[in-house]
Formats: sequence, C-alpha cells, structure tokens
Amino acid sequence: MKLKDLAHSRTGDKGDIINISVIAYNEKDYPTLEKLVTVEAVKKFLGETVQGEVIRYEVPNLGAMNFVMQKALRGGVTRSLRLDKHGKSLSSILLEMPLEINN
Amino acid sequence: MKNKIRIGSGAGYSGDRIDPAVELIKKGNLDYIVFECLAERTIALAQLQKMQNSTLGYDPLLEERMKACLPDCVSNNVKLISNMGAANPIAAAKKTVEIAQNLGLSNLKIAAVFGDDVKSMLDFESQTFLESGDSIAVVEEQIISANAYVGVEGILTALKEGADIILTGRVADPALFLAPIIHEFGWTLDDYPLLGKGTALGHLMECAAQVCGGYFADGALKQVPNLGNLGFPIAEINEDGSFFITKLDDAGGMVTQATCKEQLLYEVHDPTTYLTPNVVADFSNISLKELEKDKIEVLGASGQSLTGKLKVSVGYHDGFMADAQISYGGSYAVERGKLAIEIIKERIKINKIEIEDILFDLIGVNSLFKSNGEQTNPAEVRVRVAAKTATKEEATRLVNEVETLYTNGPAAGGGVSKSVTEIIAIQSILLDKNKVIPQVEIFKSNL
Repeated sequence: MKLKDLAHSRTGDKGDIINISVIAYNEKDYPTLEKLVTVEAVKKFLGETVQGEVIRYEVPNLGAMNFVMQKALRGGVTRSLRLDKHGKSLSSILLEMPLEINN
Repeated sequence: MKNKIRIGSGAGYSGDRIDPAVELIKKGNLDYIVFECLAERTIALAQLQKMQNSTLGYDPLLEERMKACLPDCVSNNVKLISNMGAANPIAAAKKTVEIAQNLGLSNLKIAAVFGDDVKSMLDFESQTFLESGDSIAVVEEQIISANAYVGVEGILTALKEGADIILTGRVADPALFLAPIIHEFGWTLDDYPLLGKGTALGHLMECAAQVCGGYFADGALKQVPNLGNLGFPIAEINEDGSFFITKLDDAGGMVTQATCKEQLLYEVHDPTTYLTPNVVADFSNISLKELEKDKIEVLGASGQSLTGKLKVSVGYHDGFMADAQISYGGSYAVERGKLAIEIIKERIKINKIEIEDILFDLIGVNSLFKSNGEQTNPAEVRVRVAAKTATKEEATRLVNEVETLYTNGPAAGGGVSKSVTEIIAIQSILLDKNKVIPQVEIFKSNL
C-alpha cells in the first residue's frame, strides 16, 4: 500500500520552506497515518530534495498532518534552479511513499 | 448594518482568469469582490517598472480586469478590493478613475491605500534576513524594494470614507477579506477570536479556485467536474463569524471538505499560530460541515493577540539564471542525455564559465514523436541545464554551450531552447508594526 491510497496532499511554499499536508480521505485512517507517516519516514523518503529540518504538526480535527520542511527549494521560489521552483509537485511525490501496515 | 455579507474571490494571483470573476459579480449576489494579485516577488518587479515610469508599477492586468468587472460591480452594488495597486496604488487608482470615466461610470469613489513601502526605513546596521541570517547590508546595493505586509487599517479607513473601489499595495492576503467583514459588522480590532475566524475565511478564499477544485484533481481518485469552466468561490459570513464557502451552481469545480482541508493548510506552518498583522490565527480547532452539495461550513477558527511585528519582503537583484535544454529520443536516449551533460561539464571547465550553482535534469515523455506502437522506455529525454551566474554574460556563454551540442554533441540531439533571465530574489525581515503608518487617498470618477 502507498500513502496515496489513504491520503491526499497539497504543497505550499514560503521562501525556501515548503509545507506538505497529508490528509486522510477517511478520518478513521488518521491514527494509522499518524503512526506511520513520521518525520523520519518522510525525511528518508524525500531524500536530498529536502536539506533542512522537517517538523510535523497534527490536526486531528481535520484528519490531517502538516509537514513543514526547511531548505526544500534549493534557495527559495525566487532563486531556485529547479524546474518546479515552488515544489508544487512534491505532494504527489510524497504520496508515493510505501506504507507498511501490519493488521 | 448587515447581519451577513457575501464576498467573492476574483483572482488567486496576478495572471489569473478574469471570466470567473465577472460571473461571480453578475450572479453571486455579492457585497464585495476581492482580487489577490500580489505574489512575493511581484511587487519588486512592479517597483522596477515604477522606477522606469512613475505612472506604472501596478498590476499588468488592472486595466483588463477593471474594464471587464466595473460595469457589473456598479449595477450590482459590489465593492471591489484588491492589491492590484502593487508598487504604485495611486497610479492604479488614477488609471481606474480614467477607466471608469471611459465606461461612463460616474461618482465612484476610488481609494489608494499605501504606506507599505518601507525601503527608506531599512536599517543596514542591525537588520538581518530571517531566511539566510545574513545582514541586509550584504545586498544593500542590489535592493529594489522593501514592502511591509500591512493589516486591515488602511482598507478600513477607505471603507469608512465610502470607497467603492480600493486598491492597495502590499497587504497581508487575508486582510483583503477581513477588512470588509470588520467594517460591516463593527468588529473591534482587539476581538482576536473573531478576527481569527475572518482570517480563516480570507485564507481559504485568497487563492480563488484553489478552494473549489483547482490544484486538486489527481487524474485518478480525485475527480473534479468541468475543470475547463472552473468557478471561483463565494464566502458568506454571519456577524458571529460563522461562515460557509460555496460556488455558483453553473460553474465548474466543487467545494467539498477535501478541497477546503487542502486549502486550509496551504502555505500554513504551525496551524495553531498563523501569523498576520492583525491577529495570530488558530486553525487547529476548525471543523468542517457539508451543509449541502458545494456548501461547506467552517467552524472553530480562533485567534490570539498580536506579535507587534510586521513581515517585510525585501526584493533585490541576485544575478542571472541560465536555462538551456536539448532532447534525445530512441534507444540509449538516457545514455546520450548523460553524455551531453558530461560534455557540458567539460566545456564549463575548458572555457572557465563562472557559475555559482548548477543543476542538470533529464525530462520527458512524448515531445519528439507521437507513437501508437512500441517505444523504448523512456522514449525520450530532455536535458536541462540550469545555472545561476553573477553576470548576464556568463549565463549567455553557458546556454550557448548547450546549443553547440547540435553539431558537437551526441547523435540526434534536437529542439534546443535557451533563456537567460535576471533573478529578483526575495528575503524577509521583521519591522515594528507601529513604525508603518497606513495612508489613504481617495479619487472620484466624474463625467
């Protein structure tokens, strides 16, 4: 199973910082997401794309988490050499993260 | 005093579509329409334009938007608020007077709200950029603009003066929506829980289509109806701060809990602490309820008192960006792409092209050949060389090296493109809020 099977996502940008939301399609899956989609797992999955610290904020009311990532745009929207200077595509990339679910 | 008001969102960025805004003004039963048109860097570009011509420096689509929207705004009694003033709200207001008069619209009060330009207040001895930690003195010679994200105060003054159209410079995006709510309901500027609710509304609305199905369809699980005719959103808010988001029945797109959740967290860091000039909003206890199809109620937003600081975006010249590309198809396309990259690396060394940073990409699906038959995988790659240089000359030398791959590089390289653009970078500093004084000037259209 991949993260995309349980959650949807959107990237926002501010300078060289991006936030990627991870939102459960079904709120009953939120505890599973909270358990599996950890800061460590996200950092490992995105690899060198994100150079700085990653913080996770939980918003259980919305069945959602918000990952805030420093140094994620190679210098920020205005200076980045990347084709996707805003990191908008990174939400779709994160949703490819495999989830190991043990019943 | 009204007990509920309806606000439409007419633009989510400077270049946004105009027809959905006109539809909202015509059919949305609106009290206000807000156009958010000023991205982080846009104001620096506008400032450069103003330096060349003192009657410019406002949004490039101002004229087209006003011509399309003003007649219906007047006939339906919809007030218009926008940051299309960019670096020159006074020039934008004067231009709008001219447009209104040409359309035969008289007695319109058109306000310019400014005071956000704080370039003269920069303190090169003590201020440091929030992002890099460097002193702003490092880029002193290159600075183009410094604009504070101001709050609702200037817009409130303009509304009290009876303005029909309000054109601002840099304003915190949600404040464009919060100001008319405060004005109509008589909320006080220290009622932070209410200001938090109005800020949540503004935040959900400020990117226009992004809350009603734009930036959402994933091509599989998340389907959005009629994206070619995507509508812009409407918010209806009550005096107690409860509100819902909706859209026109005949517009494409959709307003669902999922579209609202994505937009609620968009460009947010800590959801308990969304910093704005008028309130530190708290979105963490928000709950959403579907009242009916395409009508989502938003409950539970709140807020706390202020930081006393404003964020200031400083725009500065930061060298040049080179971008050059070439494509290879068929068997060994990836190998040839990689070979091309190795050749460029060597050419940079041989010719001593001075580069601060460089990125090599391989892109591609079906730009070279539309085939129904069997193809290699991948069928093609497009080499992209992107670099940052201090001067235009070095950037030009680099993109020209990529072009020489036509005759000097691997077999069958095609479709070279090259561009050199100036980089206008943005970083932020903080400034005491009490140092920034909002100013308002009102003009009138007369026939």
